Amino acid sequence: MSRVLVGVKRVIDYAVKIRVKPDHSGVVTDGVKHSMNPFCEIAVEEAVKLKEKKFIKEVVAVSCGPTQVTETIRTALAMGCDRGIHVEVSGKDYEAMGPLQIAKIFAALAKKEEASLVILGKQAIDDDCNQTGQMTAALLDWPQGTFASEVTIDGEKVKVVREIDGGLETIKISMPAVLTADLRLNTPRYATLPNIMKAKKKKIANMKPADLGVDMVSRVEVLRVDEPPTRLAGVKVETVDDLVAKLKANGTI
Amino acid sequence: MASPLIRCFSKVGRQVSRPWSVCQHGLRNRSTQPDMSAEQAAALGVTYPPLQTYSEEEGMMRDAVNKFAQERLAPFVSKMDENSLMDPEVIKSLFEQGLMGIEIDPEYGGTGSTFFSSILVIEELAKVDASVAVLCDIQNTLINTLFTKLGTAAQKERYLSRLSTDMVGSFCLSEAESGSDAFSLKTRADKHGDYYVINGSKMWISNAEQAGVFLVMANVDPSAGHRGITCFIVDRDTEGLQIGKKENKLGLRASSTCPLNLDNIKVPEKNVLGQIGHGYKYAIGMLNEGRIGIAAQMLGLAQGCFDQAVPYTRQRVQFGKRIFDFQAMQHQIAHVATQIEAARLLTYNAARLKEAGRPFIKEACMAKYFTSEVATLTTSKCIEWMGGVGFTKDYPVEKYYRDCKIGTIYEGTTNIQLSTMAKFIDKEYDH
Repeated sequence: MSRVLVGVKRVIDYAVKIRVKPDHSGVVTDGVKHSMNPFCEIAVEEAVKLKEKKFIKEVVAVSCGPTQVTETIRTALAMGCDRGIHVEVSGKDYEAMGPLQIAKIFAALAKKEEASLVILGKQAIDDDCNQTGQMTAALLDWPQGTFASEVTIDGEKVKVVREIDGGLETIKISMPAVLTADLRLNTPRYATLPNIMKAKKKKIANMKPADLGVDMVSRVEVLRVDEPPTRLAGVKVETVDDLVAKLKANGTI
Repeated sequence: MASPLIRCFSKVGRQVSRPWSVCQHGLRNRSTQPDMSAEQAAALGVTYPPLQTYSEEEGMMRDAVNKFAQERLAPFVSKMDENSLMDPEVIKSLFEQGLMGIEIDPEYGGTGSTFFSSILVIEELAKVDASVAVLCDIQNTLINTLFTKLGTAAQKERYLSRLSTDMVGSFCLSEAESGSDAFSLKTRADKHGDYYVINGSKMWISNAEQAGVFLVMANVDPSAGHRGITCFIVDRDTEGLQIGKKENKLGLRASSTCPLNLDNIKVPEKNVLGQIGHGYKYAIGMLNEGRIGIAAQMLGLAQGCFDQAVPYTRQRVQFGKRIFDFQAMQHQIAHVATQIEAARLLTYNAARLKEAGRPFIKEACMAKYFTSEVATLTTSKCIEWMGGVGFTKDYPVEKYYRDCKIGTIYEGTTNIQLSTMAKFIDKEYDH
């Protein structure tokens, strides 16, 4: 049991008020605060915990994007990852980058690094896709434990408690496997100052998607981005009869 | 954007009826500019980047402490202020995060970072609680620096690793009869063979309740005046050391401030820090640096208070519009924001000057003097902007108002700062 790959995505910080670009091609990212996707933080924490419990030897943090993503990798290193891989993607390729391209990159890296586990956040807070983990597992033909709220290593197998619509589902899957982290899996640690200093010395390797034999062509084209309609005030009614009358009047029932 | 699933939001959601929490969550990520690191500036060919440029390491540290302070410390603040007591959990987490040994060498368990990092850490802590910030400031800028600069190998071995992991330190200079006139201190140290007997009392000693080690300034030779002042390392469990009842203060209440009684305490010769009779030099030297730390504390306090009040003015509607939209309010808010920015630049510049090994004393005095005045102005205005609710303890701004007052008093009163600056200015015009 040696190596875990953890994916970390650099996204617009959750507390920022999002604005749509005037040309409706996307949201404003220039000059806006970015940070690590919260679900990726949970994924990193889980991987580091597994290493501390001595189930795995090495945690490798991976991120795809332009030079700025190295900050996100450094944060993962400060949380306890051993080394980082920065897959350089910029310009048009970066704007068009989606779960399929990332999944292909991770699948290639998982094979190259001989990883036993790939741990990702369940979704990113900018696109809410919830696809990368599942696609990665499919491309590798590996089992997947998604929406994980509890992970236990049991010999060559992993027991995963999943949060599903009906409640909790427990599955046992063989390794190598792909896991995606849900909110309640753990509480990510704060990077302590000494760990931030140590992170400076850890290595981040650079590579391009072409080095991994991955084509970045997107099959998805974004036509237009709009803000959600402004929420209008509701109408208060006095009785149930009024309510029924109003619902009938606007055609809802 | 999947909003409700983020853990901070879920914490706030539960307590949304409590004004403290509603205000607190907005404190994260208040900076309008994303940072450009020094490395990025260099890559872009910017030779003289603006003062608010941080190395990647400094930026990461600041963000880590910002997050830690907003999430882990904020819930304790109100209770600690009310009970006038620093929660041991808080102190433990400061040590765990490596915030108490920022400049200490990793060899002794410290973080091994720079003075400017300490300044950023103190500023971020002060945005949430000035008492926690001052505990961290005294430890880093006074205690740790004194040990690092003056300690023998044995002393460093014995104390630095404890100071970075679990032991708080205290700096004991002031007495009932000697505040600004520090060198007229009366505490005596009489030599007896290979040990000293120290008698006297100290007043206004911060961190005294929590400290495991005290750096006591005592005079070994009163006939030599201030040239007899010597710095002694006194362990808490030394017989005859009595820590008095803590003061019931207006502000910075969670920070313990106690009188100390030294009743025939025996201190071995090897516990002298630095050289005999050089204590006054060390005190001045350390307080010059500590000044910048206090400036950072007042700066964080002002910014934290401002960050609480402005969102309120954007929400509160009177006469059909947000109170922020009234011109008088806008002018006041812009004026205060300018003062805070100026205070920040003074503080950062003084810190960078010190790091560069250039003369910095006048600038440090300016930073401390100006930021404490700005903190007073800011907190006073913020309460006004928030009107009646600003005046209640349910909202955090009244605490900032009470806490800021000490800024013009401790670690060198405003008058002392101004006189010191004047001395430098006088010399500048010598031809």
